[in-house]
Amino acid sequence: MAKAALMDFDEALERFEPVLGFEVHVELNTETKMFSAAANPAHERNHGAAPNTLVAPVDMGLPGSLPVVNETAVRYSISLGLALGCSIAPSSRFARKNYFYPDLGKNYQISQYDEPIAFEGQVEVELADGTTFEIPIERAHMEEDAGKLTHMGGATGRIQGAEYSLVDYNRAGVPLVEIVTKPIFGAEKRAPELAAAYVRAIRDIVIGLGISEARMERGNLRCDANVSLRPRGQEKLGTRTETKNVNSMRSVERAVRYEIQRQAAILAEGGSITQETRHWHEDTGTTSPGRPKSDADDYRYFPEPDLLPVAPPLALIESLREALPEPPAVRRRRLKADWGFADIDFQGVVNAGLLNEVEATVAAGASPASARKWWMSEISRIANADGVEASSLVSPASVADLQRLVDAGTLTDKLARQVLEGVIAGEGTPQEVVDARGLAVVSDDDALIAAIDDALAAQPDVLAKIRDGKVQAAGAVIGAVMKAMRGQADAARVRELVLERAAQ
Amino acid sequence: MSEIIRLTAAELAASLAAGEVSSVEATQAHLDRIAAVDGDVHAFLHVSDHALDVAEDIDRRRAAGEQLGPLAGVPLAIKDVLVTTDMPSTSGSKILEGFLSPYDATVVARSRAAGLVPLGKTNMDEFAMGSSTEHSAYGPTRNPWDLDRIPGGSGGGSAAAVAAFEAPIALGSDTGGSIRQPAHVTGTVGMKPTYGGVSRFGAIALASSLDQVGPVSRTVLDSALLHDVIGGHDINDATSLEDAWPSFAAAAREGATGAVLKGLKVGVIRELPDSGFQAGVSASFRASLALLEAHGAEIVEVSAPHFEYGVAAYYLILPAEASSNLAKFDSVRFGLRVDVPGGTVVDVMARSRDVGFGDEVKRRIILGTYALSAGYYDAYYGSAQKVRTLIQRDFDAAFADVDVIATPSAPTTAFRLGEKIDDPLQMYLNDVTTIPVNLAGVPGISIPSGLAEEDGLPVGIQFIAPAREDARLYRVGAALEALLVDSWGGPLLDRAPALRHAQGPDGGNR
Amino acid sequence: MVSEITPDLVRHLGVLARIQLDDHEVERLTGQLSAIVDNIAKVSEVATPDVPATSHPIPLENVFRPDVVGGMLTVEQVLQNAPDATQDRFKVTAILGEEQ
Ligand SMILES: [Mg+2]
Ligand SMILES: [Zn+2]
Repeated sequence: MAKAALMDFDEALERFEPVLGFEVHVELNTETKMFSAAANPAHERNHGAAPNTLVAPVDMGLPGSLPVVNETAVRYSISLGLALGCSIAPSSRFARKNYFYPDLGKNYQISQYDEPIAFEGQVEVELADGTTFEIPIERAHMEEDAGKLTHMGGATGRIQGAEYSLVDYNRAGVPLVEIVTKPIFGAEKRAPELAAAYVRAIRDIVIGLGISEARMERGNLRCDANVSLRPRGQEKLGTRTETKNVNSMRSVERAVRYEIQRQAAILAEGGSITQETRHWHEDTGTTSPGRPKSDADDYRYFPEPDLLPVAPPLALIESLREALPEPPAVRRRRLKADWGFADIDFQGVVNAGLLNEVEATVAAGASPASARKWWMSEISRIANADGVEASSLVSPASVADLQRLVDAGTLTDKLARQVLEGVIAGEGTPQEVVDARGLAVVSDDDALIAAIDDALAAQPDVLAKIRDGKVQAAGAVIGAVMKAMRGQADAARVRELVLERAAQ
Repeated sequence: MSEIIRLTAAELAASLAAGEVSSVEATQAHLDRIAAVDGDVHAFLHVSDHALDVAEDIDRRRAAGEQLGPLAGVPLAIKDVLVTTDMPSTSGSKILEGFLSPYDATVVARSRAAGLVPLGKTNMDEFAMGSSTEHSAYGPTRNPWDLDRIPGGSGGGSAAAVAAFEAPIALGSDTGGSIRQPAHVTGTVGMKPTYGGVSRFGAIALASSLDQVGPVSRTVLDSALLHDVIGGHDINDATSLEDAWPSFAAAAREGATGAVLKGLKVGVIRELPDSGFQAGVSASFRASLALLEAHGAEIVEVSAPHFEYGVAAYYLILPAEASSNLAKFDSVRFGLRVDVPGGTVVDVMARSRDVGFGDEVKRRIILGTYALSAGYYDAYYGSAQKVRTLIQRDFDAAFADVDVIATPSAPTTAFRLGEKIDDPLQMYLNDVTTIPVNLAGVPGISIPSGLAEEDGLPVGIQFIAPAREDARLYRVGAALEALLVDSWGGPLLDRAPALRHAQGPDGGNR
Repeated sequence: MVSEITPDLVRHLGVLARIQLDDHEVERLTGQLSAIVDNIAKVSEVATPDVPATSHPIPLENVFRPDVVGGMLTVEQVLQNAPDATQDRFKVTAILGEEQ
């Protein structure tokens, strides 16, 4: 396959307007599947189950099996619809989407077609510089996931050249909500960034609702990105491509950028874009052609005769609406005001993905500034060095406890960093680490005075210098005392005592 | 022991309860009968090799004083459309040859729990598509009244099994008449319950919005007894009704006294003229109406102007739903696989389905695929769904005036094997009176009304009631049955010719 | 509306339905389907826009199952009818097309 020509991104944007669209599939973390009582592999507890161990008859399309709708999945879908600002349909229906594929136990997917549960909404998306963008939502509908195929032989794991494939139906029937946007105009240069920000916004929403594990690397959240270009001044939309299953926010950003550059190069040459699905290749940072749209895409949708309409009572919708968490964008505005952070400091926390941690640390009693300082500096540094998530290292409560010890004068900043290391190493709570390692500041004046006496004996001219007004001479004594106390002294107290002695 | 097989299920149950006969004896008697006559009738695709063990267990539990259900120890034949863990379930298709379900259909599980003894699986048109059982991949079943004739379909096996005294009762399924039309041509009773009255879980789906499982028997009371066992809400079937159903057996017993007929309004449909029916079928139907009238019923003409669109709507809805329901037979997880050297999985699927499905199944899958495909949906499937609404309205209007509607159960008596097999359109017209019942979801029962004068073959009368009024059908059916049996001086099946015992009691192993 | 059933259409329907029809079958089905469709197309005569569609004969809604685990099969049960299986999974020959 020839390598695609790419146009410089800025030039592409000068000549063409990008129009985006996204289909995001969210796997719900219900206990059971969408249409069967089999345990749900998208629930944290069942992650990594052995093949074909989470299967009920309907998941593998056994003769005679029937689907029955999971009540919790419906509630989660309504909550998600509301969080997306959508209207909830007074009555919605399931439909069969008919197509043959080995990972599809019944050879039809139960989905929603012309009557989705939620429609017409909008999501506020925040870009890295803090500006916001409204993404229009067309619909959110309930459906089921397919099983998992593993391609064997030939090139590793690739469909092309594989000799045979293995099918595991654990994932078949996992509850999905598919969120479909309307065409998104006006993103311009920030189209790639907006793509990532949109996926992050959806992730924040579903995490806030607690309805999905939302781990993209596990496929809990999958994004199909539609990109089309139209020449400046043209009304008619260009032909779009759909890049499937991009599984990280960074990849979504890169894939959109790549498609803009690729399509621009083709259009500039007078070529035309093929309407098709495309695959994202993480290693090369490119997309490649998938399946063209064709008249074989005749899914023969019809109302699912085994299931009944979903007509949520208004009271249920209203109670779910009341239970909605604060929208992420609103929450961010509130926290920024509460904490009094400068734009750059607040955005730093957001971009580091540490908003929850800082908020919880503040809630546990730390000042916003100290909470931010711990998470953004020391904890992030260790996390980066170890290649792990900062949030996995230490609990917000421990960070607040640590700061409390600093504020009480029990620990100096330097000691506190050592205590943090102990906590991360699993040695216990900050207080336990202080006790076990004997790291507390020595606050016993008698011990300090004894050390000062020793230091003055070694540097007898210091007192005279201080009395002459050269107060900075105290530094040498303070340094010696701190060294003798192995850092576990409060330097300010030592200074006070030295000055007192000089004044005597 | 030959008298055991001629007992009705109710009579046999009474004998079992009284300790006059054991379930092992009753089961053995039916197994002997199967061995003797099924070589000719071919009602069974599989005979259980552990029915006697099950019977023995029931006898032991009864002896131990355990409280058992009313039908405990009574043998039961099961249509092969219902999945069973201990016997293969093929739905009459080559594509499912040898298929062993890891779970039992709800109706089978309930039958087992009630102490019924599964005898075997009965023959049927492949995936229940047909009206003659000639479309079974395993060869046709023959009508016990005349072995050259069809036993009806798709449930010809279950009807023939009870008509031939191979089983006292059986389970069937009815999508457009597959319980009632076989009852009509074999002189037996068949009931299609209200849609949702009996669980479909474990019934290999033909057309999900039409399919309904129901009882097959020689008497109305026996159907009612079996309906009591299998009916009621099932959480595994979302379309299953949560209604608290009355005892259908009590309704049948009450009906047999005849009191129900006083003032009963029986509707006959103006748009079903006698001219559309074989003379003997019409005559028998009219005679039954006269008998009802003579015993206090009022015959009222009702109009059902949209019935004539029923067959057309049915032959759009059924193939459409079936084309989707049968997509699961793709050679990946179960069923026949025909390898295609060098082929992809697409080739293997397409080849397996070509080899595994019979002509009628392929015809309907292609028709249904057409009816659902882009551009045709509104004209075909969408329009057919509207005809359903119109037929429901016809029923609603009629039931405002009458308690039940009566029709002949089918236009003709049993036709000869092969007579209509090459003419799908003619075959489809067999279900003209039964189809509207499925389209509307209402209950319908067929009971024997007599023999057609011209050919001496059985004829059935169908009663239809409003949705959820299944008990009414058992009352009315039992009332007419009592009058007819009285007038005949014994059950209609007493007049069926004796079947040749093809083999001794030890033969016929399968 | 009545649509002409052509051999090409029947062949296309065979592709959609994953049934490999040979020319003889295509020819026979074309004739039979034409006759059937001529007879069933009359549903559109009475299916006027004011008539609502009925997809369930007994109207129900909001039929749900509680979110409680149960009714799972063992791996042995899952695979017990498999035409081919290995490593506790179903085995199929090479797939060329892509998922939808
Ligand atoms: Mg999609
Ligand atoms: Zn989807």
